[in-house]
Amino acid sequence: MVIRPFYGIFVHMTAEFTKRDYSLVGLDSKLAEENGLANAEWYASDIPRKRMKELIQRRNGPAIRDTAIWFILLIISGTAGYMLWGSWWAIIPFMIYGVLYGSASDSRWHECGHRTAFRTKWMNDVVYEIASFMVLRESVPWRWSHTRHHTDTIIVGRDPEIPSPRPPDLLGIALAVFSLKSGPKELSKVLLHCTGRLNAAEETYIPEEERNKVYRNARIWVMIFAVVIAAAIVSGSILPLMYIGLPSFYGAWEMVLCGLTQHIGLAEDVLDHRLNCRTVYMNRVSRFLYWEMNYHVEHHMFPMVPYHNLGKLHEELKYDMPVPYSGFLEAYKEIIPALFRQVKDPTYYVKRELPSSAKPAMPGPVVAMMPE
Amino acid sequence: MGNWIQVCQAEDIEAEDVIRFDHGDRTFAIYRSNDDQYYASDGLCTHENVHLAGGFVMDNIIECPKHNGRFDIATGEAKGAPACIDLRTYPVKVEGGQVVIDIS
Repeated sequence: MVIRPFYGIFVHMTAEFTKRDYSLVGLDSKLAEENGLANAEWYASDIPRKRMKELIQRRNGPAIRDTAIWFILLIISGTAGYMLWGSWWAIIPFMIYGVLYGSASDSRWHECGHRTAFRTKWMNDVVYEIASFMVLRESVPWRWSHTRHHTDTIIVGRDPEIPSPRPPDLLGIALAVFSLKSGPKELSKVLLHCTGRLNAAEETYIPEEERNKVYRNARIWVMIFAVVIAAAIVSGSILPLMYIGLPSFYGAWEMVLCGLTQHIGLAEDVLDHRLNCRTVYMNRVSRFLYWEMNYHVEHHMFPMVPYHNLGKLHEELKYDMPVPYSGFLEAYKEIIPALFRQVKDPTYYVKRELPSSAKPAMPGPVVAMMPE
Repeated sequence: MGNWIQVCQAEDIEAEDVIRFDHGDRTFAIYRSNDDQYYASDGLCTHENVHLAGGFVMDNIIECPKHNGRFDIATGEAKGAPACIDLRTYPVKVEGGQVVIDIS
């Protein structure tokens, strides 16, 4: 019997670290259920219900404004790229276009997936479908995947969106900067879904009644890509692909820069978002592109609050939260060494310190046990 | 005849809000709309076992606090993934300032 270290509590180990099974159909998935980590009750900070009712109010205004700015910037940068195509100057507008297409789509996908960005449901759904395509995340599977991510955040064997299983795959993280790992993987899933099938993990979280939508959408995607590739062949230029398809790769770096701060290096298998999420202060441009997801602890604890109120929620909950990171630099000063250390010692993780005003952490069950 | 049971005083629920009501081993969500209509449904989200009373009512829709699953408070209709199964609803009336529901 191996008893794993859990939340810093070292019990005895009769063998060296046993590599954990991050798949949703493996041993750790079963263990998570047995140990009460699946569908568990999570810690939530106290906040007056009256105040929360104010913060969850949905408005169309901020998201319509931000979506309009987003599309206008896409059109301007795309037009500039077209006019400068053939010269090196085209790199600049396409860098901007790529980030707007391949990175800003991530946060639009996310917020509209929660249906909190707009007050009007169809607006959330339309932007969700467009952003899903841009960020190469199939809308139906990823809605269910993200639902599970919120149920079982960074619970090994349960959460399909753990960004860096231990020991970390440093090459994979480097490739993620241009979606060179996740992009081809997602496209291969699109092809699988075209044939009317899901993979084993997807079968655990996508309900039967949603599966036909998965297959239909995958076929639509393939048709769109086929048209763009045909346009590139007929025109003898990659220019059409610079607008649709390639920006999901060359423009992904800003999404990765922001996204890696969310959970990497922090605790696994805890039932308290203060211990496995980061809130990082970011500049105005990043917060526009990222739709305030830098307030990540707050978002996970209260996913009903729309992005434009997360700053206010952060102010309300400060008393009960770890000190936020002052910026990218402080966050990455912690993340990069943690990743390198986890390569050598996969049991290592960063323990978040709670302020004296905070309620105690809620680590959940004491140990996760697995047979040898 | 039904099996009417007393829940609370009508004013115990704020306008456009929800409270939890447990009876025996069952749990219910009791709603009051902005126009002072009262409704009742099963208390747990049909997607996962989360108490809907932890959520909020907006435009006669209750939103689950965990995954934003949404239901019509009057009909129990699920309004889209991840809420795919309708909520069971129960008759409600206000008698002498008391909210009562028929749980039969």
